[in-house]
Amino acid sequence: MSILVNKNSKVLVQGFTGKEATFHSGQCIAYGTNIVGGVTPGKGGQIHLGKPVFNTMEEAVQKTGADVSLIFVPPAFAADAIMEAVSAGIKVVVCITEGIPVNDIMIAKKLAEKNGSVLIGPNCPGIITSEEAKIGILPGFVFKKGSIGLISKSGTLTYEMANQVVKAGLGISTAVGIGGDPIIGTTFIDLLKLFRDDPETEAVVMIGEIGGDLEIQAAEYIKENFSKPVVAFIAGQTAPKGKRMGHAGAIIAGSKGTAQEKIQALKYAGVAVAENPAVVGETIKMILKS
Amino acid sequence: MNIHEYQAKQIFAKYSVPIPKGKMIEKPEDARNAALEIGGNIWAVKAQIHAGGRGKGGGVKLARSLEEVEKYASEILEMTLITHQTGPAGKVVKKVYIEGGVNIKKEFYLGMVLDRAQEMPVMMASTEGGVEIEKVAAETPEKIIKVAIDPLIGFRSFHARQLAFGLNLSKPQIKEFALFASALYDAYKDNDANLVEINPLVLTADDKFIALDGKMGFDDNALFRNPEIAAMKDLDEEEPAELEAAKYDLNYVKLDGDVGCMVNGAGLAMSTMDIIKHEGGEPANFLDVGGGASAETVAKGFEIILKDPNVKAIFVNIFGGIVRCDRIANGIIEAAKVTNVKIPVIVRLDGTNALEASDILRSADIENIITAVDFADGARKAVNAAKGVTK
Repeated sequence: MSILVNKNSKVLVQGFTGKEATFHSGQCIAYGTNIVGGVTPGKGGQIHLGKPVFNTMEEAVQKTGADVSLIFVPPAFAADAIMEAVSAGIKVVVCITEGIPVNDIMIAKKLAEKNGSVLIGPNCPGIITSEEAKIGILPGFVFKKGSIGLISKSGTLTYEMANQVVKAGLGISTAVGIGGDPIIGTTFIDLLKLFRDDPETEAVVMIGEIGGDLEIQAAEYIKENFSKPVVAFIAGQTAPKGKRMGHAGAIIAGSKGTAQEKIQALKYAGVAVAENPAVVGETIKMILKS
Repeated sequence: MNIHEYQAKQIFAKYSVPIPKGKMIEKPEDARNAALEIGGNIWAVKAQIHAGGRGKGGGVKLARSLEEVEKYASEILEMTLITHQTGPAGKVVKKVYIEGGVNIKKEFYLGMVLDRAQEMPVMMASTEGGVEIEKVAAETPEKIIKVAIDPLIGFRSFHARQLAFGLNLSKPQIKEFALFASALYDAYKDNDANLVEINPLVLTADDKFIALDGKMGFDDNALFRNPEIAAMKDLDEEEPAELEAAKYDLNYVKLDGDVGCMVNGAGLAMSTMDIIKHEGGEPANFLDVGGGASAETVAKGFEIILKDPNVKAIFVNIFGGIVRCDRIANGIIEAAKVTNVKIPVIVRLDGTNALEASDILRSADIENIITAVDFADGARKAVNAAKGVTK
């Protein structure tokens, strides 16, 4: 078991023949991900990386039976690609693209919800179920199989944390990069619900950051509904107010969205909050021992 | 991206959101003609900087004659305006907006912002106009009326009525308000704004609404399709080093400490600042060189960090995922030579080929490049180096 994706997931890559998509699709295939084809409008009929290319998602889904899509489409067209995927019946849409206008995502997310699809991202590294399927740009070698679920708003910090978990002698069941934009598809709560019901996942590491209140919503959920151990770290404790810290959503607006208020809410919910980013691995190890 | 009041009002005018007559000037000698062109016998002379609190800081004056317009314009232009939002250094005023006087019956607040929790824009109105809205929100939140606007249905009459009845407006006023609010929604939506604020929104003696102030902010990710908005960017309002970094697709934010940071990825970059603080130091900056981190971006990163004279040590913290650490190590050595870094550079490389990378760094034997075994070790060494402590 794991969540959302596994070795049986059939994956289509949108924007398949582009440079980034080509490189990362190759990496995903090498990892063992079952990529069944891709879509690049106007290039239908070609073979790319040994897989068929289609003009539309509708045709691609019909011909391949795919249930997951991975999006590498440029920002101006990415929301359209998400809407195309969910309209074609894709159940898990992973959008890597950074820089999508928030007004576009707002609408694409609503359509995904209406169609019962899970949108991961945008502006995220993707999802990996260790040693089964990698759908995104995460470096596969870091993720050794194990019992820790990982949810993170950031890319390289996800790898850093997975590495710490592995160095602590543990491993990862599924890791999901949910993205750092102001509006994202799947949030901490959505994934906590899935990890709660996943027998393979013993504990969860959640990595948040400044901006918005998703971590506070998650804290409220954990307090009432989540009994597996949770270790958290919130990045941006030293970030100044009103400045965007790399991610479009990483900004303290007025006095809202600070790391301090999130840490407080998580602690109140019984979450073990790592006081610095270097001790997350040790913290989860300690909790699982006791 | 933020813009000035006069620019927000240009956008308002385009969408038929009523504004007083006004003109932006950059030279005091243009003040008199601007006032004559506007007409009337009372004018507001307003400093144009992005920060709020201009009135309290002495950046907004009411002139009752053409002589006073000239006098205030020359006083405000080139003054260093300090408000609660500018920081102690203040902001030099380069532009002044001269605006015709308005006959005020009552002041309101009207704003719109992207509500991240509800995932849609929210329009907010209050009878408490002309005062700090954050204060109203904290002390008397019941005086702020809010309506969330689903982007799939847009702004409807019922939204306007909900706000207008909340403001206790009379029947003819409600009609006027609905027109105003609907036009404001269009100005917000069409330009991919994420903030618009009118404080105060004024009800005039003849029961018309008019925007006495105006503030707008925009989604940076949507500037590619709003070239008119992108062209409104005032470079005087931006930190020069941040602009320079942006040219190379680097994300840089200047801070006040002395430990420079260069990191790949925004989350890891924020965490690096946090751990420096945790180890007793102060970060000098946020710098995300992107997931990849090539020799070229690292060199540019050094250059930008070194422009800050406070920096006494640099912590390079890279997690090599797809990108290999040995390549980054070579990049760092090359970049350190090119940019002639004299201060200690603490390097922590982890991930793909991390061992090879530390061999490369060690055998290069550059005196001021110090390798770290892990995240915490790197932070500790960097903080100590900035304090002048060796080992």
